[in-house]
Amino acid sequence: MTCHKTSSTHRHSIDRRTLLKYSAATGAALSVGLKAPAIAQTRAIKLGYVSPLTGPLAAFAEADNFIIANFKDAAKAGIKIGSATVPVEVVVKDSQSNPNRAAEVAKDLIVQDKVDLMLVASTPETTNPVSTQCEIEEVPCISTVAPWQPWFIGRQANPAGGPPAWKGFNYTYHFFWGLEDVIAVFTNMWGQVATNKSVGGLFPNDGDGNAWGDKVVGFPPVLEKGGYKLTDPGRYQNLTDNFSAQIGAFKTANCEIITGVVLPPDFTTFWKQALQQGFKPKVASIGKAILFPVAVEALGKDGHNLSSEVWWSPNHPFESSLTGMSAKDLAAAYQAATKKQWTQPIGFIHALFEVAVDVLKRAPDRDGKAIATTIAATNLDTVVGKVQWGGANLPPFAAKNVAKTPLVGGQWRFKDGKYDIVITDNKTAPAIPVGGQMEAIA
Amino acid sequence: MTGWIDALIQGVLLGGLYALFAAGLSLMFGVMRLVNLAHGDLIVLAAFAILVIAGKLGLDPFVAVLVAIPILFVIGFALQYVLLNRTLGRDLLAPLLVTFGLSIIIQNGLLQLFSADSQRLRAGAIETASIPLGGGIAVGVVPLLTLVSAIAVIVFLNLIFYRTPIGRAFRATSDDLEVAQLMGIDINRVFATAMAVAFVVIAIAALFLGLRANFDPTIGPARLLYAFEAVIIGGLGSFWGTLAGGIVLGLAQTIGARIDPEWQILAGHLAFLVVLVIRPRGLFPRAQD
Repeated sequence: MTCHKTSSTHRHSIDRRTLLKYSAATGAALSVGLKAPAIAQTRAIKLGYVSPLTGPLAAFAEADNFIIANFKDAAKAGIKIGSATVPVEVVVKDSQSNPNRAAEVAKDLIVQDKVDLMLVASTPETTNPVSTQCEIEEVPCISTVAPWQPWFIGRQANPAGGPPAWKGFNYTYHFFWGLEDVIAVFTNMWGQVATNKSVGGLFPNDGDGNAWGDKVVGFPPVLEKGGYKLTDPGRYQNLTDNFSAQIGAFKTANCEIITGVVLPPDFTTFWKQALQQGFKPKVASIGKAILFPVAVEALGKDGHNLSSEVWWSPNHPFESSLTGMSAKDLAAAYQAATKKQWTQPIGFIHALFEVAVDVLKRAPDRDGKAIATTIAATNLDTVVGKVQWGGANLPPFAAKNVAKTPLVGGQWRFKDGKYDIVITDNKTAPAIPVGGQMEAIA
Repeated sequence: MTGWIDALIQGVLLGGLYALFAAGLSLMFGVMRLVNLAHGDLIVLAAFAILVIAGKLGLDPFVAVLVAIPILFVIGFALQYVLLNRTLGRDLLAPLLVTFGLSIIIQNGLLQLFSADSQRLRAGAIETASIPLGGGIAVGVVPLLTLVSAIAVIVFLNLIFYRTPIGRAFRATSDDLEVAQLMGIDINRVFATAMAVAFVVIAIAALFLGLRANFDPTIGPARLLYAFEAVIIGGLGSFWGTLAGGIVLGLAQTIGARIDPEWQILAGHLAFLVVLVIRPRGLFPRAQD
């Protein structure tokens, strides 16, 4: 506009220089005028994705490149939003396993990349800061791979205030399972093995450990009801080199079951030290530490029959809404593409993109509010099971923002030089077939 | 009662591991006044080197470490000669920053090469073998080997320091850099040799770290703090002091944990502070500087 004005004031005395200026200005104005509507029509819809690609949590993100390549392939033709079909772009940012960095890159994605929908996965250290940024900036966000309690309660202004003080969120939605599921899965597994019901707890002094060991929402009240006796020596510091105090306490209490939420290196230290000290429980159900096959392989043959929660496996009877692949096909494709054994996050990261595409397809408009409302109305069968917000099996305060996916339990079995997880208990989700019975650690 | 005896035994054994972590650091500080912030990462790097050698050649980790030692000796020499010697001078900040940067480079380089998977050195049945002492107390073979190796490393370092010409050069440069140079000592070579010897100690520490627990590229810095504390408790420049420092730290941690696991780490730090208050120069300081 300003260009037009300057050139038109000189119109009466045109020399070569002003003529050039004039024509350049009109040219520019013309091209802008012509292009503007075209940009508005085909502006790609942008997905932001924050994930811990490097750092201690990187094992969770190992399948990301594979999943995103799959997704880009499936969404090549663009997505129809309202009446227009628009291309889809994914902008991936690395949280470096650092919550502060996660918040920072989320802000970049919102302010600079102007993403339409944020996706985030892998532990509260990643999901919480990103979800919080999105809630502040009013950008819709879908998250997964973090138990819902740390995600929902951990983001409250007053986490200790209890349900009346806890508020729901308008732009951030989460799908995964919760603490109550893992407690049910573990106790169901223990029920299959004859023990003296004496349980030893390994709860570190971190978010997970404090939640699991909590006297109100954690393991202690449920175990007491089930007739189990819990020996909890107290919170220990992560990355410790010595568990002799815990082993001593478990030996004194004659514990035949061990449980806890332990970091992988700590569990190796504990387990080796326990075996050295002649302490061998019949059951060891451990969260977090033995999620990934490499962590169990690190134990050598001593990892046989350790048990863990299973959120996803190739034997889950679900299909991808994006590619039509079954859980088995997805795991096989991953193994063929990367030459690595499948891991549980694969299914969930894939499902995250499934939900994103489903939401965008149904969204009446591309503004934040419309997309957020569309997320809330999701009812989609994904490769990890049904994702539907609205509160099945959830307390009323979390119903709006949390959708639960099924959780079962399994045991690592050592066969032909490698470990495979066998689902041994499905009382919590009978649709998922079991592959065997619980076996006591020999 | 057996609980407390067990805590004492486990504490001494744990002290052996901390002393091994700390011995290399003690040597670097003792000779070239280098505060090496990458020490934990170097131990992890050496653990990966042992892992690769053991995997590629199909060797037991105890044999693989013998192959790794000469390689690490050369890497240590080169690192000091080419890089760290350029940073040494009156300014303490430059080497500190360089080793800090080195720490980041090693972590991310390893992450790129080996991914974030946790790894372990596998030695078969010896990993969980133990010697029963009666009364429900048992001593693990690997922790015992760790302590024995720590003592062997300290004896070996003392022999080098007090019985060899290069050891005399180490002590001379440590006592007075300028005068040592005037006497015709090539400090660049002396420092590089000291670093090479420190890398041998790092290789041994890496072996026992990898046998005791998982390691991944980012686990190094967590090991650094205890190593520093062991060196300072023991007194700068004294190798026996470093061993004592490691054992004090290990004992404080296991005794603290016996009272309550929450106290394990805190008790170690408290012991460190108490030593600093009572003997600010550590238990057995060597040099009076």
